[in-house]
This record gives sequence, C-alpha cells and structure tokens, in this order.
Amino acid sequence: MVSPILELKNINKSFGHVHANKDINLTINKGTIHGIIGENGAGKSTLMSIVFGLYQANSGSIKVNGNEIKLRSPKDSIINGIGMVHQHFMLVENFTVLENIILGFEGETVFGEKLKKAKKDLKKLCETYNFNIDLDATISDLSVGFRQRVEILKSLYRGAEILILDEPTGVLTPQEVDELFKILRSLKDEGKTIVLITHKLIEIMDLTSEVSVMRQGEMVGHTRTENTNKEKLAEMMVGRSVLLRVDKPEVEKGETVFKVKDLTVKDDLDVIRVKNVNLEICSGEILGIAGVTGNGQTELLEALSGIRNVESGNIELFGETISQKDNYLNPRMLKEKGLAHVPEDRQRMGLVTDFKAYENLIFGYHDQEPYSKSSILNHKEIIEYSNKVMKEYDVRPSSPNLLTSNFSGGNQQKIILSRELNEKPKVLLVGQPTRGVDIGAIEFIHQRLIDMRNKGAAILVASVELEEVLSLSDRIIVMFDGKIVGEKINKNVTDRELGLLMAGVTE
Amino acid sequence: MEFVSDLASLINSTLRISTPLVFAAMAGIFAERSGVIDFSLEGKMLMAAFVAAVCSYYFGNPWIGLLMAIIVCVSLSMLHGFASVTHKGDQVVSCVAINILIIGLTTALAAAWFGQAGLTPTLTQEQRFLEVNLPFAENLRDIPIIGTIYSDILSGHYIFVYFAYISVPIVYWIVFKTSFGLRLRAVGENPSAVDTAGINVFAMRYKALAVNGILIAFAGAHLSTAVNANFFREMSAGRGYLALAAMIFGKWHPKTALIACLLFGFTDALQIRLQGVEIPTIGEIPVQLIQALPYILTVVLLAGFVGKAIAPNAIGQPYIKER
Amino acid sequence: MSNIVVDKTKVPWWVSNVIVPLVNLSLALFVSGIFIFIAGENPIEAVKLIIFGSFGYIQGFAYTLYYTTNFIFTGLAFAVAFHCRLFNIGGEGQAYIGGLGVFLVAINLSFLPVPIVWLLAILGAILFGAAWAYIPAYLQSKRGSHVVITTIMFNFIASSLMIYLLVDVIRDTNQMAPHTVKLPEEIWLPSFEALSGVLGIKIRYSPLNLTFLLAIASLFFVWFLIWKTRWGYEMRAVGHNTQAAIYAGISPHKNIIIAMCISGGLAGLLGVNEILGVSHKIQAGFPAGYGFTGIAVALMGRNHPIGILPAAFLFGILYQGGSEVTFEMPNITRYMFVAVQGLIILFSGALENLFRPQIESFFVNRLNREVRS
Repeated sequence: MVSPILELKNINKSFGHVHANKDINLTINKGTIHGIIGENGAGKSTLMSIVFGLYQANSGSIKVNGNEIKLRSPKDSIINGIGMVHQHFMLVENFTVLENIILGFEGETVFGEKLKKAKKDLKKLCETYNFNIDLDATISDLSVGFRQRVEILKSLYRGAEILILDEPTGVLTPQEVDELFKILRSLKDEGKTIVLITHKLIEIMDLTSEVSVMRQGEMVGHTRTENTNKEKLAEMMVGRSVLLRVDKPEVEKGETVFKVKDLTVKDDLDVIRVKNVNLEICSGEILGIAGVTGNGQTELLEALSGIRNVESGNIELFGETISQKDNYLNPRMLKEKGLAHVPEDRQRMGLVTDFKAYENLIFGYHDQEPYSKSSILNHKEIIEYSNKVMKEYDVRPSSPNLLTSNFSGGNQQKIILSRELNEKPKVLLVGQPTRGVDIGAIEFIHQRLIDMRNKGAAILVASVELEEVLSLSDRIIVMFDGKIVGEKINKNVTDRELGLLMAGVTE
Repeated sequence: MEFVSDLASLINSTLRISTPLVFAAMAGIFAERSGVIDFSLEGKMLMAAFVAAVCSYYFGNPWIGLLMAIIVCVSLSMLHGFASVTHKGDQVVSCVAINILIIGLTTALAAAWFGQAGLTPTLTQEQRFLEVNLPFAENLRDIPIIGTIYSDILSGHYIFVYFAYISVPIVYWIVFKTSFGLRLRAVGENPSAVDTAGINVFAMRYKALAVNGILIAFAGAHLSTAVNANFFREMSAGRGYLALAAMIFGKWHPKTALIACLLFGFTDALQIRLQGVEIPTIGEIPVQLIQALPYILTVVLLAGFVGKAIAPNAIGQPYIKER
Repeated sequence: MSNIVVDKTKVPWWVSNVIVPLVNLSLALFVSGIFIFIAGENPIEAVKLIIFGSFGYIQGFAYTLYYTTNFIFTGLAFAVAFHCRLFNIGGEGQAYIGGLGVFLVAINLSFLPVPIVWLLAILGAILFGAAWAYIPAYLQSKRGSHVVITTIMFNFIASSLMIYLLVDVIRDTNQMAPHTVKLPEEIWLPSFEALSGVLGIKIRYSPLNLTFLLAIASLFFVWFLIWKTRWGYEMRAVGHNTQAAIYAGISPHKNIIIAMCISGGLAGLLGVNEILGVSHKIQAGFPAGYGFTGIAVALMGRNHPIGILPAAFLFGILYQGGSEVTFEMPNITRYMFVAVQGLIILFSGALENLFRPQIESFFVNRLNREVRS
C-alpha cells in the first residue's frame, strides 16, 4: 500500500570546504507527512534545496515515483510535482496574491481567458482547503500566516504532489500554527505527500507519521513516529558531545550590572520577535541563551547592543535606564559605558572584509588614543597593538597587513573578539561566538570568554550550539518563539533537558 | 485669437520637445524594472542620432537609418548587460563608460568621415522624416476649437511624436497586462521568486535590455532625422538624464513618467517665450537661467520634494544564485 | 564568466594592481586602434605621433606635464568620493565654480602680498568647489537622490551660471568674448618658461606652471587623508560596508558630505592651474572636459594616488600626443581621445574582471612551478 514517491540515494553536496550533505539516503512514502528534524547546520535545508532543484548535488541520485530524474533547476522539480515553501518567502511584495501564484505559469502571453480560469481554479482550491485568501490582496498587506498560505497555494496550483515546508512555523502565532496543521492534514488526506523540515519536536509528534533525523550533514536515524518519543528524538538530534568542556572555576558573582525588563522587539518585517523578555546578568557571570536560530536571539542581541529599535521595555546598564524607544540607538555611547558587542553576523556587521586586519582591529575604536591622536592614525601604535593581540589570540596568519577577507572564518572571529575584549568591557554581548570556526579555535575562544568572566565581566552569550552553551554558561536561559521558556543553573543540566526546551516542549 | 494660436504653438512645442524624453523614459523603465540600472540612456540616444543620420544619408532612406540605429542601440544595451548582468560589474561605471565613449566616438567619426567638426551632412527631404499632415487637416482647420485641435495641434508633427505617445499605452499594456511584463517586474523586485518559479533571471534581464535598446533608438533618430536634418556633436544635451529624472519621479510607471516628460518639455518650450520677460523688482530673467531650468527641475524632482520614489527592490544588485 | 577559482592570498600584489590594469589598458588601446582605423587613419602612425608629440621635444613634454597637472586634480577628486562609494561625475562643474572662487579672491585681494594671495586663492578654489558638491551630497545622503544624476545636472547648471556671469556680470567690458579681465601680472603663478628663464635656460612657451607642484602635493595630501587619518578611515568604512560602519558608531551622513566636499574641493584646484597659472582670466568652458577625464584617470589608477600619478601622466601623453595627431591627421579630432577615455573606463572599470581570473591563475601557477622546481 505504501509506495515511495521520493527516493534519495547517496546524495553528497559540498560548498567549498563545507560538506553539507554526506551520503544521504532518504525514502519518502506517498501520502504521508514525513518530518526531517535536526539542529542548525545539520543540512536539512540544503538537502531539500537539492530536491527542489535550487542546488545540484555533487553525487547521488533522485527518483520520483520510481523514475530517476535529473533536477537541474526549479522548473524540473515543479514539472515532477515537487513544490517548496521556503523559510524566507519567495513572494513579490507589491504584487497581488494572484500575480504571485501565476508567475511563470501564466499560460498566455496577454492576460485574458487563462487568467480568468486561473482565478476560478484558485478560488476552488481555496474553498477545498479552507484557505480564505483574497486573491486580489497585495502581499505587503497580508500577515505572515496568510503569506505562507499563498506560498502553499502557489505550489498546489503548479501541480505539486510533494510539498516541502522549510521551518514553516517559525513566523506563526500559535493559532496560525493550528490552522496550518489543519491545512496540512487535509492535504495529506487528499493524497498529497508532505515533507516537514523543522527543529520543533512537538510538530513532529503531532503531525508526522515518519521522521528522519539529520545531524552535522548526515542522516543519523529514521523511524516511524509512533515508535518514538520526544526524548529519543532529542537525543538523536543533539547527539553525544565530542568537545572538551573547558575548565571553569567557581567565581563569586557580583552585582547585577545589566538588566532587561519586559523587552519587546520587532524585526524588519514588523513581526514581533522578542516577547516581553526579562533577564539579568551579574558581573563575573556568563549567561547563556540557548535556542535554535530564529527564536528571537538575533533581534534580542541587536536591541541590547543599540543597533535595533526597541518596541517597549527597559534596559538598565549599571543601574542607569537607557532604552527609551529611540534614544538607545547609539553604539558609540554604549561603548563608552563599557559595553562591547561581538555580532552574530561578523561579515555583515562586525568587520569590513575589504579592510586589512589591523584596520579591523581598531574598528569602532579608531578615533581613540592610542590608535589615533588628533584624528591622525598612529600607524606604529596600531601595528604594535595588532601584533600583540594577534599573537595573544592566536590569529593565523598573524600578519596585520593581510586583507581580512583572506582570513578563515575562525580567525576573522578571533579578530573581532580580540578587538572587543582588548577594551576590557564590563558587559559583553556575544552572538554565535564560534559559528563557522574550526575546532582548534573554538576552545581558544571559549577560554578567553571564561577568562573575561573570571576577571569580573558580565557576559551574555547566545548560541545555537548547545555544547557551547553548556560549556560556557553559569546560568542558561532558553529562548523559544521569542520568549524565555526556561532558566537553569548550569549544574548537572543535561543535553536532553535543554534540547526539549529548545524544541518548544515546556515542563 | 492670438492667445489661441500661441497656446497651440506652445502645446506643439511641448509635444515635440518631450518626444525623445518619452522614448528614453520608456526605455529606462524596461531596464530598471528588470533590476538593471541604466544611466547610459544619454549615450545611447546620442549614438542612435549619429547612426540614424549617417545611415539615412548613405542609404537615402530614413527608415534604414532608424533600423540601423535600433541595431546599434540594442548592441550597446547588450554590452551593458554583458558587463553588469553576466560579469556582475559595477552598473554605474559601465553606464558612465558608455556615455563618454559615445560622446567621443560619434563626434570623432563624424569629423573623420565628413570633415565638419562633428556635423554630418544635411539630409535632403527624401532622407529625413517630414512632418505628417493628418487627413483633412487643411479642410477642418477653420472649425472652431475642434478644427484648431485637429489641424494645428494634432496634425503636422513628425512621425516620431505620434510613435512616442502611442508607445506609452503600449508600454503600459506590456508591463502590466502581459506575462512578460509580470515576469519583468518580478525580476526587478525579487529575482529569487522568479528563479524558484523556474524562470531564467539573466535571460529576462537581457530581453528587457533589448527592448530598452529599441526604444532609445527612436529617441535618437527623432533628433537627427526628424527635428534636425543632421547629427551634431553632443546633440542629446543631457536629455537622457532628464528622462531618468522623469522616470524616477514617475515612480517607474509609464503614465506618470509621461507627465514628468511633458513637464520638462513644457519648461523647455517656455524658454523662448520667457526670454525678455521682466519680473517686477528683479528685472529681466537671464536667458541662462531659463536654459538651466530643465536641469534645476531635474534636481528638484530627484530631491523628492514631490514625494519619495522607491526604486524596484532588486535594482543594481547582480543576481547571485548559490549562497 | 569563468569557473576558475584562484586562491587570493597567493596572488602577488603586483599582479592584481599592475599586470591586470595593464592588460585592461592594452585592451582599451587595442579597441581604440580599431576606431582610429575605422576613421580612416593608421593606428601605428598615430602611436608614433603621440609619442613624438608628448616626449619628442621639451615644449611638448612641458605641455604633457601641464595636462597631467589638471588630471591629477580631477583624478584625485573622483577617487576620494569613490572611496565612500560615491560616483562624483560633477568634477567639471566643481572645477568651473572653483575657478570662480580663484578669480574672485585674486582680483579683489590683489593688493596683499603675492604668496598670501596665492594661498587665499587656493582656499577660494577649494571652498567654491566644495560648495558646488555639497548639495548633491546632501541630497544623496538624506533623500536618496542618486549622486550621478545630480552632479551631472550641476555640471549643466554651472555652465549656465558661469556663462551668465561671464556675459553679464564679470565680463571684461572692453572685449566682446565672454571672459573676464586679466589678473594683474604680479599675482600670476610663475610658469615653467619663466622659472627656467631665471636659471638661464631658454625654452618656448608652455602652460606648465608652478601649480604642478601643488598637484604633486595634493597626491600626498590625499594619500595621507585617506589612509592615515581617522576621516579617511571612516569614509572607507562607510564606502565598503555601511551597516558595519553604523555598528562601529560611524555616521554615514557625515562622511558622505565630507567625502563629496573634499572631492569638489580637489576638482576646484583645477581653477588654480587654469586661472592663476595659465590664462590669468576666466574663459568660458575652461574645464574643457578635464573633469570627465579625471574619472578615467581615477579608475585606471585604481583610486590610489600611486596609481593616479602615472595614469594622469598617461592621459597627459594622450592629450598632448593627441593634439599632435589631430594636427597631422586630418581625420582625427580630439573627440577620438574622448572615445579612448570611454574605452579605458569601460575596460578598467566595468569590465575590470574580464580576464582577471585567467591572469591571476596563470601567475599563481607559474610561481608555484618555480617554487617547486
């Protein structure tokens, strides 16, 4: 009865040195909702992008309905009945719903009969699945939940039998999630096949009949949902730790130096990403924020470091309330008060990749002594300082004159870290400190952060790597869906506990 | 009566002067709506003027001149596409290069071939486009109002003028009522959305540039084979940039861009009438100020005092497929 | 579009910054040769004439250096703005207005000691040129009006304004042509001819004058500003990555204004050369296309004073040698050399990466082979 509709055999995909998909085998059965779960960087999106024809696999084969096919572009995939709803919607903001759906499939050169027919067909589809969308509405007027429906409708209109959804619930309210699930269930009942990529265990347990687990580019497990539970899945997802934990002596916590009260922050699309968050950090403490990407950590850190506007709430630095909605946006002022920030997106924000290493090492501090005096850069001092910190932080190669773009990700990160830590900040905000950093550098960076904490700094570290959070933090909070869903002292906490919280399973 | 004939004359001048601007603005809309910056309208217009004049002279037929101008302009647009779309070079630099190259090349070749410091030979009646008289224009002239409108305003223009104003609804129709236009606009707003719909982003942009080349050729041919009877150096005189301002001010829509072009034309048409006019307490308006009006107006429009213009979202950014 | 991947760290600086630009230049010159041929002349002959005209005799060489002076100013002007990612096409107009500044200062303050007049005139050039760049800068930063279009418009407006002034306001009323009176001879900048005369060497007239030294000084000034000061650092940060600049507490608006104003000021210095050093009066149209050539100079010189100097010199050769060509070859006018500029901008700017992967990988492989053996 159950027949495979999609079979992936030995799929390999590399981007330069990064081996994103390693020898993946996957069988999706027709008429099922199949979940693919894994942490960030596990390779799920890459795999499905190959299925949708956006990337080409380096090796391996794909069979649809038993026939081996070459998927060279999205057009090939669409013809073969594969549709995909991406994490970042592929919609044209100022087009209507109708225009977005028919794009590329207009059926006629001049809009006329086929357009009318399309509208009719779409109306019928909407009724069948209870979508309730106004086809003439402009996308920019629609809520995120409705935009997603447009994406689903788009795939259905193009004849998708297999519908892939990449982290669909990240941007939805709980009610919208319920409605989405209803839609997915009815699609399944109609005989469609759904592939759900997610990191949220509850969705897997709720919706799917089969689930595959990916970790670090590999497929590590496959099971029927009825035969497993959240705990088992969490363990497969997170895996056994291989990294050494760094030595962390007991340090006496000082006073609260950084306080966040009822903070609410919106993202660029006006979606609320941080919902009434409260937290405190004391000097001599590392507070770790665990959570999968997209749960509000990015926006939280940007707000706390003065690059993003705050909707409501308060930030107190050394007892002084700083944030009023628009007054807070002043990174320079915050630096003067002793706050440093190592941004999550180092290439877009933390560095100017076209600068030489020494130029990035003074970035943000370039107008201060000793780097410059009466606005003239003191080259000798800067190079001396650069040599010193590059050696201290083991930046390789340790040449200040090398273009920053020629450094590896890890060494670029060390450049940023050395720059910010050298200022001996009293409060340090760090986002994804070891993203794209090689193993050797990870330990080094971790040790440095702990050293700072030992010397009395208050540090906030947000990371999607659970290992890292466990390794560094004195206290851990977990963010899920913009809220803090759990707080634990880092003594005898297990991966599993945190994994569950990260996946939205509250105690 | 004098007022009426003055008004008619003013409208005629406006329509005629705006013609190259309208073509150029339409050309710009195609390129920019697909996401490619086109500051080289000026250079292409000048090149079209040169080619049209020279070929009309050699082949004795202005239509051949127009055809050659179209071929050359499309090639230039393809060059710009090659540099910007395929090679992902800086689109602004590419445009500046093309403009300067053409200013030099057209005058240099004109001087080399015809020896008159950048003038091409004056075209005879057969070698140029003449004013077109609509049927019955003479007979209807004396009918009050309608006759004036038909005979004095609508009739008697160069063929390009009619082409220009007809092109506006056609461009509108192509951009907003066809699937080509839908894809064109999508490519300029969100190329990823187009890519995931299975459409080739690069091919779309090249097609848009081809249309761009055709339209701008008309603008140049109008200048040298209709309004004037030859090419002279730098005869485009900044019209390409005025058209850009009109396009931006018109928010990349054919209809509103048309209005802006007419505004420029009107300002220019007023020039002659404003010379010698005195403003109380200030005295006579300097003729140079009047001549500078279109350029000042451009700056004012671009400053967005009359509303902020939002360009197509993906403009100027080369499309890179793999992350 | 090539699929050659090159390890950027292994590419020697002289390959990226000398060989590739030279190849691009050669391509441009090759196509120029084709154009000369189409115009009905022999490109090889043209090259010979260019070399003779610009080097072959002292007066010619002096003319070459005179042109180089102007190109240094306008090349630096474009380059400074470019470091902040701004395309200042308004060098022409800024030079024109800068010249006005020079003249107004010089004619009204000619009673002061000569060196003071010179200094104030230079200041006038800079201030007037900067002022002409200010509005486009402000509109770009605050209103998003593209600086390319606004600066070109300001070129036209400058032209109209200056014609008006030259015809109606500051014209030498004894003449019909639109130009001003001549400045008093005491405050003329000494020419090369005059300086050599002092040393006892007799040479023929050329427009080369002391401003050449000011141009050289400007090269140092720009180098120092862009790479040795905090302002240059901030300008470059804003130009490369505005988002990161904001993170670092750098103000994009402030730097856009500063970059454009310095750029305008540099273009204005052209007025010092032309008015204080050559014609000693304002003549209509004296910027004569130098502003546009500056763009080619800057792009060829990769926006760095070390590159701009030879690039300016090359264009000096092209101009002076070019005038020899236009003199000897009836079919070639100076506009041919405008076309050459356009080609250089095309190959050094828009198409600068056309053959870069092939060239770089060639040298990387070659060097590796040598190391191995």
